[in-house]
Amino acid sequence: MVQYLKARLDASFAALSDATRRGVLEQLGRADASITDLAEKFHMTLTGMKKHVGVLEQAGLVTTEKVGRVRTCKLGLRRLEDEAAWIESYRQLWDARFDELDKLVEELKRKEKDDGE
Amino acid sequence: MESKPTPMKNPTTVERTSERELVVVRTFNGPAHIVFAAWTKPELFMRWWAPKSIGVPLLSCDMDVRVGGGYRVAFGHDASSAMEFFGKYLEVIPNSRLVWTNEESADAAITTVTFEEKNGKTLLVLHELYPSKEAFDANSGAEGGLPEQFEQLDELLVEMGAG
Repeated sequence: MVQYLKARLDASFAALSDATRRGVLEQLGRADASITDLAEKFHMTLTGMKKHVGVLEQAGLVTTEKVGRVRTCKLGLRRLEDEAAWIESYRQLWDARFDELDKLVEELKRKEKDDGE
Repeated sequence: MESKPTPMKNPTTVERTSERELVVVRTFNGPAHIVFAAWTKPELFMRWWAPKSIGVPLLSCDMDVRVGGGYRVAFGHDASSAMEFFGKYLEVIPNSRLVWTNEESADAAITTVTFEEKNGKTLLVLHELYPSKEAFDANSGAEGGLPEQFEQLDELLVEMGAG
C-alpha cells in the first residue's frame, strides 16, 4: 500500500513542482481550455504546452479529450481516481493477507502429510 | 520428506462487479479443507488476517462458526485503541462456503467466501455486497491513508483554482 501511495504522490508532486504546470491547473480550475488557448496564455509553443499537459495528465491531475481537431483540457476526474486508487489499496490488503495465508497453507499441508506418514 | 521449491505466488484480483459489489479472487496451493480451516479456526485466522505490512495487529478473535453464530475481531496496538469488527454467520457449508454479516456499521457489507477445490488447489472467491451504492462509496472512502492524501491534493487544487 505504501509503495503504491509513494509512487502516486511522487508523480503528483513532481508535476506540481513546475510553475507553468501549476499555472495551467489554476487556469483549468476556472474553465476548461484547449492546448492552443493554454499555449497562448503562457506565451509558449504548442509543443512546449503539450509536454506540460502530458506530465499533468500522467499524474492524473488533468484529463484531455479530443473534440474534432481541438484537444480540450480539464482538471482530472478525482472521483474516479480515488476509486481506482482505493480498489488498488484494497487489492494490496488482500494480497498481503493471502501471502500470509499461503505460508499457513503450506505449513498445514506439511503437518497433515507428516501425520499421515 | 522431499524438499520442494517455494511455491509460485498466485495473483490476487479485485473487480468491482456492480455499484455495490466487489469480488476478490485468489488460488491457493492446498486443498479446500485446509484453506477453510484457516478462515474458521481463530488460532489459524489470527496468523494471517492482519498482515505485518498493515502495521495494526490483531488483538483477539472469537468465532462461533455455525449458522446464527457470531464472530468478533479486534485490531489495535492496545485494548484502549482497539477497533472491533463483528457480525453473524448466515451460511456455513464446511470446506465450501461461508457467508457472514458485518455489523460494526450500518454501511457494512455482507461477505461471501467460496472454496472450490481442483487438483489439490483451492480457488477462493470473496464477494462483498454493500447495502447501497452510497454505503459502498462511504466505505471505500474510509480505507487506509489514501483518501486523506487525495483530500490534501484536492485542497491544494482548490486553493490554486481559487488563487
